[in-house]
Formats: sequence, C-alpha cells, structure tokens
Amino acid sequence: MRYDLTQIESWIPEGSRVLDLGCGDGAFLNRLQETRRVQGMGLELDPENLIAATQRGVDILQQDMDQGLSNFPESSFDIVILAHALQVLHRPDKVLQDMVRIGREAIVTFPNFGHWRCRLHLGLNGRMPVSKDLPYHWYNTPNIHFCTVKDFEALCSDLNIAIMDRDIVSGPVAALFKQWLPNLFGSTAIFRIRACD
Amino acid sequence: MSGAEEVGLVTPIREVFSENLALASGQTLAGFELITETYGQLNSQRSNAVLICHALSGNHHAAGRYNHSDPKPGWWDLHVGPGKAIDTNRFFVVSLNNIGGCDGSSGPNTMNPETQQPWGPNFPQVSVNDWVTTQALLADRLGIDSWAVVVGGSLGGMQAIHWAVHYPERVRNCVALAAAPKLTAQNIAFNEIARQAILSDPDWLAGYYQQETVTPTRGLSLARMVGHLTYMSADGMSDRFGRDTREMPSDAINAGEMVFQVESYLRYQGKQFSTRFDANTYLLMTRALDRFDIAADFDDSLSDAMAATTCRMLITAFSSDWRFSPARSRELVDALLASGRPVSYAEIETDAGHDAFLLDEPRYTGLFTAWMQQVVI
Repeated sequence: MRYDLTQIESWIPEGSRVLDLGCGDGAFLNRLQETRRVQGMGLELDPENLIAATQRGVDILQQDMDQGLSNFPESSFDIVILAHALQVLHRPDKVLQDMVRIGREAIVTFPNFGHWRCRLHLGLNGRMPVSKDLPYHWYNTPNIHFCTVKDFEALCSDLNIAIMDRDIVSGPVAALFKQWLPNLFGSTAIFRIRACD
Repeated sequence: MSGAEEVGLVTPIREVFSENLALASGQTLAGFELITETYGQLNSQRSNAVLICHALSGNHHAAGRYNHSDPKPGWWDLHVGPGKAIDTNRFFVVSLNNIGGCDGSSGPNTMNPETQQPWGPNFPQVSVNDWVTTQALLADRLGIDSWAVVVGGSLGGMQAIHWAVHYPERVRNCVALAAAPKLTAQNIAFNEIARQAILSDPDWLAGYYQQETVTPTRGLSLARMVGHLTYMSADGMSDRFGRDTREMPSDAINAGEMVFQVESYLRYQGKQFSTRFDANTYLLMTRALDRFDIAADFDDSLSDAMAATTCRMLITAFSSDWRFSPARSRELVDALLASGRPVSYAEIETDAGHDAFLLDEPRYTGLFTAWMQQVVI
C-alpha cells in the first residue's frame, strides 16, 4: 500500500464515517471497511472505477468535486479524505473549505513541489520537473495546481484551517533531514486538518 | 451479456384478493385481481425475493417467453435472467401488472363485478400508494416478509422509492432508475397532451368505447407518439434516423408516399401501442404519475421522506434523459445525504434518453450487476 494511505489508515478511528474524495477503484475504502469497520462513501467520476468500487461493496457517488460539495451537510462525516487529488482540482481552496465543513476532520495528501528534486530540475534545467512520480509534461498534466508544504500551510492559515498533524514522506537518506527541512526533503505531504473553532 | 441466458418459458399467475381495498382517493375496491409472473426459486429463508415495479406502459411480463415461437421476450429480459443484473440463479423475482393496468390485473378493461360491465372510465383513480399497498398484499400472500430488493425504472422507480419510504422494515435494498421525487410542470404538460389526444378521438365515447366495440386508436397512437418522443434524446434520434426517408409500403393508406424515417418510426410505434394498450388505463396511469410526490406526506420535505428509509439505495440516471433528467435523480441523492443515509449514485453516459434503463448499456449493466451482486440474501 502507498505510504500515504498507511498513514491515513492510522488516523482513522474504528467505526467512523469516512468520505473519500476521488476514491478510485474503492480499494482503500474497502480496506478501511475491513480494518477500521468504517461506514464509507466514495466520490468518483470514472465509470470503470464506479463499477470496480461497487464490486467491492463501497457506496459511490458520481460527482465532480470541481462543481462543489454543497450537497453534503455540515459535519455529516467524521473524516473526509483527499488523497493525491488536491493538485488536479480547479479550486483546491474551495474543496478544502468544504472538506472541513463536511468532516469533523479532513486528511489531505499531495506531492510536495518544494522537494529538492523539483527545485533542482527547475533551477538547473530551467524546465518544468518531470519525474517517476510526476511523469507528465506541463501541457498534458492533469496536475494543474501544484503546491509546496509551505504553500499548503499558508493556505490553511488563510482559510482558518487548523493543522492537527503533519507527516512527510521521503527517501531513506532524506529521512534524516526531513524533520528539519520537510519542504526540501519531503516528496509527499500528509496533513490532518480541521476547521478552527 | 456474455454467459447470460434467458429465464425460459414462463406462465402468468392470477392472484385473486377478496378483501376490500381502501384506495388513497377515498374510494374502495371490493376485491381485486393481480396478474403476476415469477422467475427463479424462493429460498427456504424467504430472503431472496426481488420485486420489479413496472413503468407507465409496462406489465407483469418482465422476462422469458410464453412459448418456443414467441418472437419477443419480456420487457426487461436484458436485465432479468440467469447471470444478469437481476440474477434468477440467486433471486426469486416477482413481477406484476399493477391495478388499473390493462394486461390482466383489475383495471378499466376488466369486469366490474357489481355491474357485470367493463369498468371503463368508472375504474377508480389509483395511485402509486395504492399499487404499493397491493404489492404488499401480494408479498404477504407469497410469504415474503421483506424484499431483498425492490427495483423499478421511471414510474417503477417511484414505486420502489415509495416502498423504501413507507415500508422500511420490508425493503432491504432499493433501486430507482431514471426516476424523480415528483413530476415537473413540463412533464405533466406532456402527459396532458397525451390525454387530450385520447379525449379528442371520436371513438373515445367518454370512455365507454368497449361497450361499442370500438377503440380510440388514433388518440392512443398520438398519445404514444408524444410520449415516445420524450423518451428519446435529440442526439439518439439524429444517429438513428437522421433525415433519411423511405417509401411507405403498398399496404399502407399512404402507399408510395415518401416520409422521413422518424415519421414512419413514430407512426409504427403509435399504431403498435394502440392495438395493445387501453385508453382508460393510459389516462389513469399518467394521472397516477402526475400526482406522485414522495415528499407530500412529509410536509413537502424530501429529506424527511428519505430519512424514513433504512435500506441500501442505488439511484441511477441517464445523461440524455430529459424527461426525468439526472438533476431529478440528484434531488433524491441529496435528500438522502441530507438525512445521513447511505446511497450509491451514477449518471450513465448515453444518448438513449429516458428509455436507457430498458437497454443494455455496458456501463449501466456493469454497475447495476455489481450493485446487485452485493445484495445480501
């Protein structure tokens, strides 16, 4: 399992109500149903994924996050997850606000564009970074809103969103440095957030 | 679908109910009959029963054939059978003709026991509520305490929703396809045009045409043409007919005339329908459809109505359906979300319009099948 999902799983209490935004084939929600006995619901657009998630017994809604989430009532879920999808949204800020309205807590993971490899790529080559994790070119990428760990923290502050926990994924060597320089050595950022009281 | 078969030969069953049926209108029906078909076997726990609710012009014959030379299977044969979405290897499937219908259950074209005359226009106006009441009496008779699934498309979906809201203890799963919580003004308007087509036929005879052994076929035919048009999409019609023309065959009144394919198609559909359907039933069914409003018993709060449900729910809409558009299905979904109920929802991309729920669109069939496989029996 992808490391960010392992970390998310550890933050999910038993029996909680979980909304997974961009749930894909439902495998992760299905796992949470088994390991955490959650009541899960997934949002997804891809028809094949809708069928795959349904085959796993996951409730799915075909709905486009970019069209808003206002149909979900306040505090209707314990936890709202957005795993590796922040960067594809038209308005990540609006979705984040909806997430902390709908969920008592929210968990967001995203690729950190402040990672040293990205900086090196742009700094030395003068070209937009293309890597194993981010294989697209600037013109065909679905990832239209990259941000760094610092950018995300600044946005949370602007939106009055409290950061409850933060975990940074990195390579083995960089792991030694990530505690002090997460924005430089973290490849994936995982945030646990909620609305400020 | 690959590997899927038909249910084989089927025989309708007549169920006679002698009890007085108090209708939502305040009238009473002194006994009634339902014509039904069943497919598959009821298991020993009686936990695998599926109820199919039919739409405006449907009936009890959802699947299978009546004999080996029967050219056409039942109306939902694509989705009812061994290995299909409603898998008759797993489920015991019950399908019926609703009262007020014209295919064998008590309705305008059957005898009024008091007068020994056809009911005709005097058959009481029935409602979705009344249909579900009679379906519940049928379930009692079959020894089915709770349905594993109640499923329907269009007006059938409205019955399924009514079941989920008003008999939560008797429905464990509900599937509403191409449905809506109530009709829009535009929808009612289309139904009214259809009704006026029938009422303006000289053979209508205030509804007493059966005694005079005539049928308002022109009115019924026109009503069906209007209805059928609204069940298709503009893109679907362009693909299918375009501006192609054809010459009317020699046995037609207008033999030799060049007509657009779409004209010929609609005339054919209208004519076929007018020979199999009853005009009084058409009026009654469209009025039941117009008057349906699931929120009416809940101070017009759709979310309060949905909060009464306890079952798993699948809502499916079709992108090109403008009669019951995806927005209407999403009203149901949003009301379920607002009341904290679980729901699955998909909008199937198709140009087949409202009638798509009858067809085998791979993404629809795939989702429907997957969802039904998760039903616990």
